[in-house]
Amino acid sequence: MEKFETLITTAIPLPMEDVDTDQIIPARFLKATTREGFGDNLFRDWRFEQNNVTKKEFVLNNPIYEGKILVAGKNFGCGSSREHAAWALFDYGFRVVVSSFFADIFKGNALNNGLLPITVSPEFLHELFSCVEKNPQTELIVDLEAQRIAILDNGKHEHFEIDSYKKMCLLNGYDDIDYLLSKKDKIEAFEKTQVIF
Amino acid sequence: MKKTLFDKIWEQHIVDKVDGGRDILYIDKHFIHEVTSPQAFTGLEKRGLEIFRKNKIVATADHNVPTLNQHLPITEPLSRTQVNTLIENCEKNGLELYGLGHQYQGIVHVIGPELGITKPGMTIVCGDSHTSTHGAFGSIAFGIGTSQVEQVMATQCLLLNRPKRMRITIDGELQNGVLSKDIILYILSKLTASGGTGHFIEYAGSTIRSLSMEARMTICNMSIEMGARGGLIAPDEKTFEYIKGRKFAPQGEIFDKAVEYWKTLYTDEGAEFDKKYHFEAEDIEPMVTYGTNPGMGIKITDSIPAPDASVGIQSYEKALKYMDFEKGNSLIGKKVNYVFIGSCTNSRIEDLRLVADFVKGKSKADNVNVWIVPGSKLVEKQAKEEGLDKIFQAAGFELREPGCSACLGMNEDKIPKGEYCISTSNRNFEGRQGQGARTILASPLMAAATAVTGKIVDVRTLL
Ligand code: SF4
Repeated sequence: MEKFETLITTAIPLPMEDVDTDQIIPARFLKATTREGFGDNLFRDWRFEQNNVTKKEFVLNNPIYEGKILVAGKNFGCGSSREHAAWALFDYGFRVVVSSFFADIFKGNALNNGLLPITVSPEFLHELFSCVEKNPQTELIVDLEAQRIAILDNGKHEHFEIDSYKKMCLLNGYDDIDYLLSKKDKIEAFEKTQVIF
Repeated sequence: MKKTLFDKIWEQHIVDKVDGGRDILYIDKHFIHEVTSPQAFTGLEKRGLEIFRKNKIVATADHNVPTLNQHLPITEPLSRTQVNTLIENCEKNGLELYGLGHQYQGIVHVIGPELGITKPGMTIVCGDSHTSTHGAFGSIAFGIGTSQVEQVMATQCLLLNRPKRMRITIDGELQNGVLSKDIILYILSKLTASGGTGHFIEYAGSTIRSLSMEARMTICNMSIEMGARGGLIAPDEKTFEYIKGRKFAPQGEIFDKAVEYWKTLYTDEGAEFDKKYHFEAEDIEPMVTYGTNPGMGIKITDSIPAPDASVGIQSYEKALKYMDFEKGNSLIGKKVNYVFIGSCTNSRIEDLRLVADFVKGKSKADNVNVWIVPGSKLVEKQAKEEGLDKIFQAAGFELREPGCSACLGMNEDKIPKGEYCISTSNRNFEGRQGQGARTILASPLMAAATAVTGKIVDVRTLL
């Protein structure tokens, strides 16, 4: 996994609620057997018509917006457990998704792939949307070490929560397997005590 | 200490506790399928690791298999590659595979229970969110991402925060024509598509107890639609009876011993939940969804409501536009050209029997295409043994071969753009059943009634 470093970047606003994983990456693109290349099909049906013509009105197609942060409405990533959703966002170039609420599995998947989901208050989310929409050049700074997200222009900021273990993993680029493998003795000892039917 | 059922099972599976609140949880059974496993196998290989406990993995091919001519090679090249990759990976690693052509092949959440693999008190995972289905047996079952599939392959464990506990109690007797699918769609309409986030739900109450195992699975299946990690139901005589004699169920004396243990799996009187809800069965009617998330459902006699705080106004408007519905519309009388009866929510033998029972002597309306996709080879076989196939055929319903099919349209079974489909599956997301397809979620009975009339109808008027 890639190490997560402090990020200063513009952001892309997606003020929709309940964005589900079928929108993030439609099922017909789940047929790959590797992890790469999913970014091309991120939000496929919102970005492109059936005949592959770009839909101008969709925010990712609007050249005034760019950046490594996606700011999205409440309950982002609901629906299926497909990790491809996190891969697609990461592959497209996002490193952070900000929302006031994340679906559980998506959040876990994101964290396992170096994509940082930041939960902010509804008020701060609103502030982010209005700043970014007013001025697409608005830069945000995400400091994982300090657990802080700030708007560079006006200095408004918010603290965010993250599990201390996951934070350590992201900062160092470790993942759960490395950790679990170090516990193999315990796992084997546990198996001996288990009664199975 | 008084404990919930969930806590009892969870605590029995903790290998170790980690600073920061995570537990290393031991996993008893791991189901895999062709879509979310290939990257895990590759990941494992890259690290130079072996599968830790081969006998705890069961594989099947379900998500993108064709539902016609399964004996022929898959024509769609990407699907073929994925299914072949699964076969290769299973062979290479010595894993049990119920692939195409195998008598046990089927949707992963249908075959686990019917083969007696799913049992009370277990921890079960799969790279698929509807793993929650298995909770109907009083097990902790939940969906995981591919990185976690790799973790379980490598260590048989997961590193997890313990979810919060929620209890949903439903008491009373259901009206005629109201099924467990309606119960869960009703709960969803009340709690919304995010109402269960962070929680594991226990379903309780006299209504739940009265349901068959099949019907219970339908409810647990859709727990994830509320954003919950999973749902479970305490095992009882019905559970034990269902498991008894199945292929991989414990036999003889061991079965009796197992039952003795399974009987200890219930929530202690007075145990605490983080959230509790209570509903009355009499209030539930046949349900339909009108929007693009499963929480946007109404009773069949209601009309499409104005948005409330639970759905953002933008999402609400987008959903209605996508569905081409308007606020205040009733869905009754809406012409529907596609009927899909299948998916891990409603493709078990009981669902097929219910549908057959209803359509016997009737036939489908001219405008509709009806696909019945059994959940597994065993369901298909049983349906044929019971003569259900003849009833379907006479009614003009097409009985296909098992797989996920139009639930997510990864194979050829797609609903055309702009068309309405009444579907017994679990998700009505934009494009879920095909690009531009419009999904109306409902029970198998409502779907069958619609098939017969060619438009949405309150099934109770036809009973
Ligand atoms: S039937 Fe649908 S919901 Fe169930 S496992 Fe298959 S794709 Fe997922």
